[in-house]
Amino acid sequence: MPEPLLQIEGLTKRFGGIVASDNVALPVAQGELHAIIGPNGAGKTTLIGQLTGELSSQSGTIRFGGQDITALPVWQRSLRGLARSFQITSLFLDFTALDNVALAVQAHAGHSFHFWRDARQQPDLRDPAHAALERVGLGRRADALVANMSHGEHRQLEIAMALATKPRMLLLDEPMAGMGVEESARMVELLRELKRELTILLIEHDMDAVFALADRISVLVYGRIIASGEPAAIRANPDVRRAYLGEQQAVTLNG
Amino acid sequence: MMRDPRTALVAALLIFLGLLPVYVMAAGNNFLLILFTRIIILALAATSLNLILGYGGMVSFGHAVYLGVGGYVVGILAKEGINTGIIQWPLALLVSALFALIIGALSLRTRGVYFIMITLAFAQMLYYVAVSLDRYGADDGLTINHRSQFGLLNLSNKVVFYYLCLALLLGVIFLVARLVNSRFGFAIRGAQSNERRMRAIGFPVFRYRLVCFVIAGTLCGLAGVLLANHTDFVSPAMMHWTRSGDLIVMVVLGGMGSAFGPLIGAVVLLVLEEALSGITEYWQIILGPLLLLIVLFARGGIVGMLRPRHA
Amino acid sequence: MLYFIEQCLNGLQVGMLLFLLAAGLTLIFGIMNLVNLAHGSLYMLGAYFAATFAAWTGSFLAAVVLTIATTLAVGMLVEIIAMRRLYGRDHLDHVLGTFGLILFFNEAVRLIWGPAGLNLALPPWLSSWVEIIPDVFYPVYRLSIIAVALAVAVFLYALVMRTRIGMLIRAGASDREMVGALGVNIKLLSTFIFGIGAALAGLAGLMQAPILTAQIGMGENILIVTFVVIIIGGIGSIRGAFIASIFVGLTDTVGRAFLPDLLKLVLSPAGASTAGPALSSMLIYLVMAVILIVRPEGLFPASSK
Repeated sequence: MPEPLLQIEGLTKRFGGIVASDNVALPVAQGELHAIIGPNGAGKTTLIGQLTGELSSQSGTIRFGGQDITALPVWQRSLRGLARSFQITSLFLDFTALDNVALAVQAHAGHSFHFWRDARQQPDLRDPAHAALERVGLGRRADALVANMSHGEHRQLEIAMALATKPRMLLLDEPMAGMGVEESARMVELLRELKRELTILLIEHDMDAVFALADRISVLVYGRIIASGEPAAIRANPDVRRAYLGEQQAVTLNG
Repeated sequence: MMRDPRTALVAALLIFLGLLPVYVMAAGNNFLLILFTRIIILALAATSLNLILGYGGMVSFGHAVYLGVGGYVVGILAKEGINTGIIQWPLALLVSALFALIIGALSLRTRGVYFIMITLAFAQMLYYVAVSLDRYGADDGLTINHRSQFGLLNLSNKVVFYYLCLALLLGVIFLVARLVNSRFGFAIRGAQSNERRMRAIGFPVFRYRLVCFVIAGTLCGLAGVLLANHTDFVSPAMMHWTRSGDLIVMVVLGGMGSAFGPLIGAVVLLVLEEALSGITEYWQIILGPLLLLIVLFARGGIVGMLRPRHA
Repeated sequence: MLYFIEQCLNGLQVGMLLFLLAAGLTLIFGIMNLVNLAHGSLYMLGAYFAATFAAWTGSFLAAVVLTIATTLAVGMLVEIIAMRRLYGRDHLDHVLGTFGLILFFNEAVRLIWGPAGLNLALPPWLSSWVEIIPDVFYPVYRLSIIAVALAVAVFLYALVMRTRIGMLIRAGASDREMVGALGVNIKLLSTFIFGIGAALAGLAGLMQAPILTAQIGMGENILIVTFVVIIIGGIGSIRGAFIASIFVGLTDTVGRAFLPDLLKLVLSPAGASTAGPALSSMLIYLVMAVILIVRPEGLFPASSK
């Protein structure tokens, strides 16, 4: 069996006395869409932070494309082909959508020590940016100022920027959070398309989307993976049900 | 179509500056020429600061240091008998770049409050170094007996020097304007807008910021060279932290992140200082609160206030 | 050797004054996320008020009490009039706004008290010397500075570790809404904390006045050294401020005293007399630079922000 594109092993993160990631191990095979689900506070954000490099880990390794990236800074992981989208959108608000995506293109188009030519007039930056925007359905909004765009459009822009970096793998952090029914459906369609060309690690709460898209699902509770496997198996897994149902009971008990 | 008042203002200002020497020669009023030469030189310094502050979001409270460095290289070389501009000026720029490289490399690893404090601390350190240079005037400063020699170009001629400064200012404004729209410029502006995002898409932010810092420091060194020639004098006061504060005020007052904002800010601030000090010896008592008011209510500076409102 | 001990004590005393300033700045920054360049102005006002009150009342102690009260009041006034409008804005706005305040205060002081400095004479009971170890005499006044500052340090420690306010400070609770949601009157708290910070600065100024006289611009010079302390100690940490203050105070004082002579061992007399003063004044900044290379967040950072 070929080596997984992303191989996480023994990943641990402690904040003072709290263990946010507890010996997480997870392989993501090339070409699969692997979803991570779990109740709130399970450590999903921490895990993403560790994978992207924003958070350091006390122990464990992350291997991407066969190489150990555990010690690499954020920007280098991006250059290796690991792209992410942010749960709380993080964009260049004072720039246009096209500028945003063009910057992502620029980051992967060699160095930026070019001091003279107008970057807005360079087709090798603008054209791929346009293409990425078209891909996510924002083609007509290229010249809109990001600050004036809707929340749903921001989320689409996040995906466009990730795509513009020509990644091997997408790390999507709750791309559907806060979206309406129609928008979510469109996002699911987009992800279904992207699934065919890219490996995707998807963090999501939207169970319909997860079960519609995922090839494999892992369940994260209190920083530990309590179950990992195909969607049907996960759905039937008693530990998983307890983790979710248990949480519901706790909520009702406390009023 | 409504004319953009900003363009009108800049055009008027440039015409005024271009024709000033003509008026001065006719009216015999040298004072204006001296004042505006100084304004132009400080506008150059402010333009260099705008690069890192207005476009890059790096609040350096030690930028005047490079005025001092550029000036002192000229002053020290002059004292040691080297007066040729071809040697002095490039060396001054090189030394400025070197200082900016070291200070930037140490300071840019931090951000926010830390960065402000560190740049301030390094500026103070270099101020004290200048004060301790007994051979070169220490606290009292160093007089420069001959301006930089450039063969045919006579810098001692006030009009010639004025136009040289003006030409260099316009050149630097043009260079900076091109720079901020280049790939490099977008890297810097992106980092100001959202540093976390920049890293996420693959930019090594530190090195771009460092290069930007060095460019800004070098350009300010150029202003220092001009200032030394203008006053025929260098002293530690050139790089006192209050000077850095003045430069920040010029940038913000004129309008951060705009090409001509620093020039407008320099003109307004220095003319205002002249006018106020004519009224009262204690004019800073007015300037202080005025600054606070600007920060609270006119944050976009003059250029910001003139921005045309769209329906 | 005796000279060395004396210089160490001087360094400790300088460090204690720096601590008062650094603690004030840290409190203000920690709870209000406010960069206050005008902190040095309050230090200056403390010195001027002290000299003035001492002249009016003839009593040093009365001057101490009045000065602390007045700087507390001035601090709270400044907070109400100017500072509270700056909350939530980015640091550049704080820098510019407080820079404007510096200009204002320096000029106001010049207007009220004139350009020459003011002297503050010590009362006889503070002017004597004490033999702390055989053959080493040290001024009582400087010892009392150390004692007072240590008392303040203990008080601050108790405040930060044992009270509800202290809990907020430790939490780095600069989110005003959050603090308000905890049932604390954030406006009152901010005014109060700013006032305390100002009073600490004023106290430092008043204690320094008999030694160095009150002068315009004295605030900014020491403010920058205070920044060095905070950078070395780590922002937001009172403990870091304490240790770094002592360290900086000692380095600066002992360095200035001994460096020129040490240099003579390796350089020519001419070289030493040129490099000596320059290096002495650069010393604390060089140390700061080294710390920045090795540990940019400072030696004892409060929390990773």
